[in-house]
Formats: sequence, C-alpha cells, structure tokens
Amino acid sequence: MVITDETIYYVGILAKLFLSDEEKEQAKKDMSNMLDYVSKLDELDTENVEAMSHAFPVSNVFREDVVTNGDDRENMLANAPEERNGCYDVPKTFD
Amino acid sequence: MEKTYETVIGLEVHVELATKTKIFCGCSTEFGGEPNTHTCPVCTGMPGSLPVLNKAVLEKAVAVGLATNCNITRKGKFDRKNYFYPDNPQNYQISQLYFPICRDGKVEIDVDGEKKFVRIHEIHMEEDAGKLVHDSFTDTSLVDYNRSGVPLIEIVSEPDMRSADEVIAYLDKLRLIIQYLGASDCKLNEGSMRADVNLSIRKKGEEKFGTRTEMKNLNSFKAIARAIENERERQIDIIESGEKVIQETRRWDDEKGYSYAMRSKEDAQDYRYFPDPDLVPIIVDDEFLDTIKRRQPELRDEKRIRYRDEFNIPDYDIDIITNSKKMADIFEETIALGAEPKKVSNWLMVETMRLMKEHDRDADDLSFSAKNLATLIDMVDKKVINGSVAKEVFEKIFTEDIDPEKYVEENGLKTVNDEGALTKTIEEIVAANPKSVEDYKSGKEKAIGFLVGQTMKAMKGKADPGEVNRILKEILSK
Repeated sequence: MVITDETIYYVGILAKLFLSDEEKEQAKKDMSNMLDYVSKLDELDTENVEAMSHAFPVSNVFREDVVTNGDDRENMLANAPEERNGCYDVPKTFD
Repeated sequence: MEKTYETVIGLEVHVELATKTKIFCGCSTEFGGEPNTHTCPVCTGMPGSLPVLNKAVLEKAVAVGLATNCNITRKGKFDRKNYFYPDNPQNYQISQLYFPICRDGKVEIDVDGEKKFVRIHEIHMEEDAGKLVHDSFTDTSLVDYNRSGVPLIEIVSEPDMRSADEVIAYLDKLRLIIQYLGASDCKLNEGSMRADVNLSIRKKGEEKFGTRTEMKNLNSFKAIARAIENERERQIDIIESGEKVIQETRRWDDEKGYSYAMRSKEDAQDYRYFPDPDLVPIIVDDEFLDTIKRRQPELRDEKRIRYRDEFNIPDYDIDIITNSKKMADIFEETIALGAEPKKVSNWLMVETMRLMKEHDRDADDLSFSAKNLATLIDMVDKKVINGSVAKEVFEKIFTEDIDPEKYVEENGLKTVNDEGALTKTIEEIVAANPKSVEDYKSGKEKAIGFLVGQTMKAMKGKADPGEVNRILKEILSK
C-alpha cells in the first residue's frame, strides 16, 4: 500500500510528532509494511462475524462504589516534570 | 424578516453522577479537596494501571435511561477517544461511541400548556477531565486531576427543540428526573450539569437543516436563553447578508453577551475512536435490568398525580413543592408525622419561599427536618403558640433546625392562656384608649384592630389574637 506525503503529514499532526524529511520517508515505508501485513485479513470473509474487541470471553468486571484510595499526592506528583502548589505545572494551554 | 426563520436546537447534556468514587478507580469524587489529593495511577493515566468499572455508574446510567424511555443496550463496551490536552493525562478519554448504554428515548416537555416530546438519541457513560488554571504570571498552566475520572453521562438529544423556552423546559425535565433518581444533584452553576447547545436556523417550512454551530460554556438557564437568542440573530445576519454559516464550536461569554469561535470544522479533531482493550464488555441481563426497574423511585410526574389525588392542595402548590425532590421529601415526611397537608403546604409556599429568597437559598439546599416542622404545626394547632410567634420560631427552624418545643420553652414564647390576666390587660388598654373605644362604638369596626394590637404589644406578642378579639368585643359590648 502506498502512503502519501499528505497521510504522513496528517498522522504526524495527530500524533504530535515532528519528523525530518528522512524520518518521514522511513515512516512511510514502515506504515506501508504494517498495513500490507494487516491487509492479509481482507482475504477472509467476515460478513457475519461480530467485531471483536477482546481476546478473552470475560464480561461484567465491576468494582463496588467504595473509596479505597487515600491522599497519595506526594507520590503522584513525584512523576511530574514540574510541580507547583500541589499541581502539575505545564506549558500554558488554551481551549 | 425575523419571523420567517425557524430555530432548530439539539442539546448535549453532561451530568456528573453522584457516586462516592470515580468511574474506573477507588478515588473519592468529593468536590473541593486540595489539588490532586484524590488521584491515583488510574485517573492520572499512568502506564500499566488498569481501570475497572464502578458498578454504581452503570446502575445510575441505566436508571436514567429507563426514566427517559430509552432502550437499554444489552451488550455494550467502552471506547477510547484520542486527543491531546493537559486536562486529560491519558491522552484519550474513555467514552462510548459504538454501543452507548441507552438509545432512542424521549421525554415530554410542557411550555405554557403546549406539550411535545423531545427525543433522546443516546446516553453514554464517560469520564470527566481534570481542571486547568492558567497562570499568566508564570505563563504556565496548573493542573488538578481531582475531577479526572469523575463519572459522567452525556445525554444527546435529537434536534427537536425550536426555542429557548423549549430548551429550558427540556433541561428542567432532565434535572428533575435525575434528581428524583438520586443520580446527580444537577447544578448548572456548579458544573454537575453542563449543556452544549447545537443550533441552526432554516426558513420556515423548509425540511433541510441549516449548518449548525455548537455553543459551550453555558452556566445558567439565563445564559442559555441569552446565548440561543444571540446565536439565532447572528446566524440570521450571516444568511441575510448572503454569506454562509460556518460549522464550528463557539464559546459564550455571558458577561459580554457574545460568543466567539473556538475551533472550526477545518481543523476538526480526528478522535480515532477504538475499543478500550482494558475494559471488558458490559452485558446487561434481565436480572440486572429488573433490579434497577424495581428500585426506580416515584418520579415527579407520578408524584404530581398522586398529590392531586391524595392531598387537597392547589395544582400551583403541587408544582412548586415537587419542583425540588428535597422539598417534596420534607412535605411528605411532615404529613407522615401527622400534620395536615394544607398546613404543611402553606408553610412551604409562604414562609419557606420567603426565607429562601431572603437567604438566597435553593430548594435543594433546604436543611430543616420534617420533625421540627410537624411539631411547630402541632403547637399552633394546640394554641401553645400563636401565628406570629410561630413565624419567628420557623425562621429558627429554617436556619438552624432548632427543636421548636425546646426553643419556645427557653425563650418563654408560649401563649398566655390565663383568661384572668388577659382580661385585666384588655381592661387597662380599653381604659387608656377612650378615643378608639368611642370610634368602635360609633360604628368604626376597624378601630378594634388598634386595640387588639395594643393588647398584643402589652402581652409581648404572647396572646392568642382570636382570644383577645373575643374578650375585647365582650368588654366593649358591656
């Protein structure tokens, strides 16, 4: 399958990736290979087969509505690149 | 010109469900905690964490679906909606695209006696995002994930509404249904109910819909009405000047009274939905559905009919009392304690409403107990206190939920039933006010009012006005 420049550009935007021209060419090849591999499935007739989202026949795994977690802010914020006033401090963002 | 256009409106309503914990983890949903104190690896999107569905979320979503006449999806699942924004630490929101929990419902609305149905396209479950505070001083944004993972349902209507009045009637209908179910407190101003308005206009009689815009940031019924009016005008102006409405998301600024474009279709987001592999399918079987059905409480419309049958009170009172689940509960509980329905209704309609206005409180915030109101009504019935003292005591019940018996005792507010003492006071008043006595005797019946007032004043308000009236007339007729 041929991947166009437009597709790589669009996927790059969605994934927030800034690729060099060289990387773009490589990505085009990689993506093409992946899609070719998966397109093997198109050979099968899936007309009456229900779409599957899980490999195991498990359903209805629930949790009771009981608070089990306490305040673990210190540990949680330990993963933050920047922290201030008990908050994650990130580059300014707008709606 | 204006009148030749019809407004077409559909709503997306987000409702925060009143569960104790978040939708996929055991963190508290309590509002107002210190930033990030209700967070864990699941609701901050740490790699390797595993979300597990809170059963109460499914139960509440199904309850709302049943109450809005939806079909309940028997085999559902969750999907990931992918987007990058710091309020969403996973870079995807867990939502439902392909198999929402409820579909094809409808609710009846009533605008000035005109009844119509608004169809519900679907209701799906999803998680709320965190909160960002933009700090202009440091030029950064501070993120609090306490709200991240709080359960939401999104109720998507069909484009069935034609005016702001219909939109408000529909929202009010949803609010009452959901409050009665105990599924949420539905407060627009606190964000536990949020409405996005999709609006387009078309020439009257035309079948094809016009291009719609989506309006966000509507925090009150008034803001919604103003935004609808403003957006209708804006779209008419665009079309009248020969241009085309652009499909876009707009943000309403209620203070300034206008909206501005947030993002347009050209840079529309591609959410690349796909099934969430961490969450297993949800099968709603007959047993589950029957359990929820059995648990459904009496809803507002049923309550109104029952009140009409059971209690002899005006429809107007019924509408006001049932307009808040909290008030309806107080009403019924007070009656269950033996008070006469009409009297309970009067206390709610007159004094409670007055005090609510004075203290700027919502009916949902009423915090006095039925027991204290029932006792107060009983004390008036038994003439332990008179009407004006009762009002004074009720204010204390309304604000502090005091025990009226104890309060009356401690403050010496009991009506003086000693007829000898009362007669003596009245004789003194009569002797001191010959002019009024003369007026009364010469036919000015109103003059007796002054004498009653003087007596009540002398008794420090603790007499039964009816009794004062009776004794006064007796003395004056001598």
